[in-house]
Amino acid sequence: MLEGSAISRPVFTRRARLRDPRGLLVKVSAMPLLGSLEWEALRLSLEIALRSVLVSLPPATLAAWLLTRVRFPGRSLFDAVVHLPLVLPPVVVGYLLLLGFGVRGPIGAWLDRDFGIRLVFTREGAALATAVMSFPLMVRAIRLSLEHVDPGLEAAARTLGAGPLDRFATITLPLIAPGLLAGAVTAFAAGLGEFGAVITFASNIPGETRTLPLALYTALQQPGGDAAAARLAAISFALGLAGLLASESLARSVRARMGR
Amino acid sequence: MLSIDLKMRRGAFALDVAFDAPTPGVVALFGASGSGKSTLIDLCAGLLRPAAGRIELDGEVLFDAGRIDIAPERRAIGYVFQDARLFPHRSVAGNLRYGERRARARAATASFAEIVELLGLGALLDRRPHQLSGGERQRVAIGRALLSRPRLLLLDEPLASIDRARRQEVLPYLERLRDRFRIPIVYVSHQFDEVMRLATHVVLIDGGHVAAQGGVTDVSRDPALRALLGADGAGAVVEGEVESVDGAGVASVRIGTGRIALPAERARAGWRVRVQVRASEVVLATEAPRGVAQTNLLEGKVVGRALDGPTSELIEVDVGGPLLVARVSAQRAAELGLDLGRRVWLVLSAAHVRGGFPGDAPS
Repeated sequence: MLEGSAISRPVFTRRARLRDPRGLLVKVSAMPLLGSLEWEALRLSLEIALRSVLVSLPPATLAAWLLTRVRFPGRSLFDAVVHLPLVLPPVVVGYLLLLGFGVRGPIGAWLDRDFGIRLVFTREGAALATAVMSFPLMVRAIRLSLEHVDPGLEAAARTLGAGPLDRFATITLPLIAPGLLAGAVTAFAAGLGEFGAVITFASNIPGETRTLPLALYTALQQPGGDAAAARLAAISFALGLAGLLASESLARSVRARMGR
Repeated sequence: MLSIDLKMRRGAFALDVAFDAPTPGVVALFGASGSGKSTLIDLCAGLLRPAAGRIELDGEVLFDAGRIDIAPERRAIGYVFQDARLFPHRSVAGNLRYGERRARARAATASFAEIVELLGLGALLDRRPHQLSGGERQRVAIGRALLSRPRLLLLDEPLASIDRARRQEVLPYLERLRDRFRIPIVYVSHQFDEVMRLATHVVLIDGGHVAAQGGVTDVSRDPALRALLGADGAGAVVEGEVESVDGAGVASVRIGTGRIALPAERARAGWRVRVQVRASEVVLATEAPRGVAQTNLLEGKVVGRALDGPTSELIEVDVGGPLLVARVSAQRAAELGLDLGRRVWLVLSAAHVRGGFPGDAPS
């Protein structure tokens, strides 16, 4: 059946990757300092953090916009819910995701049945868990820059003939770009280290969901894994530092370009 | 014709304004801060929604409570805000093009090049808004609004955020705009000298209501304006014609049957000008005074008298068409016997005459 095969194809490719996750990594394992284990964890961390940022950026922008520009009943409750992942134990977030997106959860069952997408124990699931955890960070950064955009500029654009989407795309979005960038970089850096929610929802599968912190944790559980743990910790440290420096210099160049 | 009839309530403040003004022309909304002028033009632009009322421009209804409410982005009304509101992430050219690009469906008022030339923006096109002076910023905002091909232009105190000395960077351009294009303009101000120079129709707003309206010369003698400007600031505005300008830059302006001298280097013979003569600065005599310069001496007859507080009177004098007002003490008015029809002479001090020269723009 044409339809069935079209739908099941991505699942197959993913399973194939699952079975032989190291296929791609033979070449890079020749690097003297980092073994294939570290490279794999690093690559996975980067991929999952990047995906999580891409997933959360649009809803975070929408949430920030709602919280700064729209007065609606239940706004305080919405604000609190957005910030929940900051205060909840990550394991609880992972557990809630399992309830909702697990194969028997309402959303998970629907995704599996109609689209053949399974999130539990996959890197997509790890990205989702990471996205949920860094969502409040993203919303806060975007909200901060939205509060600095004069609504008068949007009104001016309106009198010049710009409709709602047009105004958002040509006035609001460029003006909050520094905030979007700052939010994305912070969420990316935080996403590299997400542990609790990922291990609960997506488990600790080598080559699929074993990111840097999970690999570090695994190494510590094994006898003689100290050296590997130290190397993984050093990578995490370097990544975090690079991320923060990059975000600062990006913000500076954006500010300069905007002439402020 | 621009017909406005709008009602709105905002907390304790109630706005209820109705007027008709001829188009094209400059309708000045004049009043103190907080009188509701800016609210009124926000209502015209559609940025605020009135509780009731109607806006009609040259036969087209833009708003009719409960029936017609064209969204601001489709109203085609250009708005120049007090604080310019240029887009900080766009160059001057980018700001100017913003409205133009979204107005392709309407006929152009003037080309990009014409407007850049008219407002003197040629050297600024590549700059960013933060690199502009206050006056330049307002000129860009005016250009941006004009290029959006508006059928009505709203200006909300465009000179208020500019220091007094630099207002000349903008005011003459506004006169050019009025004289060159046929776009109706609503101009909000609380500076009477701006209103005198620009307006073809004045609407006095006080506490959310229309206190007086009409031509500049008529409104200038209205007690409501007198209340706003204070006894010393008020005075009749009259129109005259420049007859000649001497080498020292002093123009001789014919007012009715007399002449007054005004410093105006750029004036040319034939120009129509408006002059404000403050009532408190006019000396009134019942016989032809001798030994005064004949230029600032106007002869006329008393056509009106009104009390101005407990101790003084306002005497309205017809000087051969234009009406001037002089303030004299009630006691002196009784002594002089200033009955209606009485022949009188007015002596003006040139220092207290304020002129407005249309088209007095740097070339």
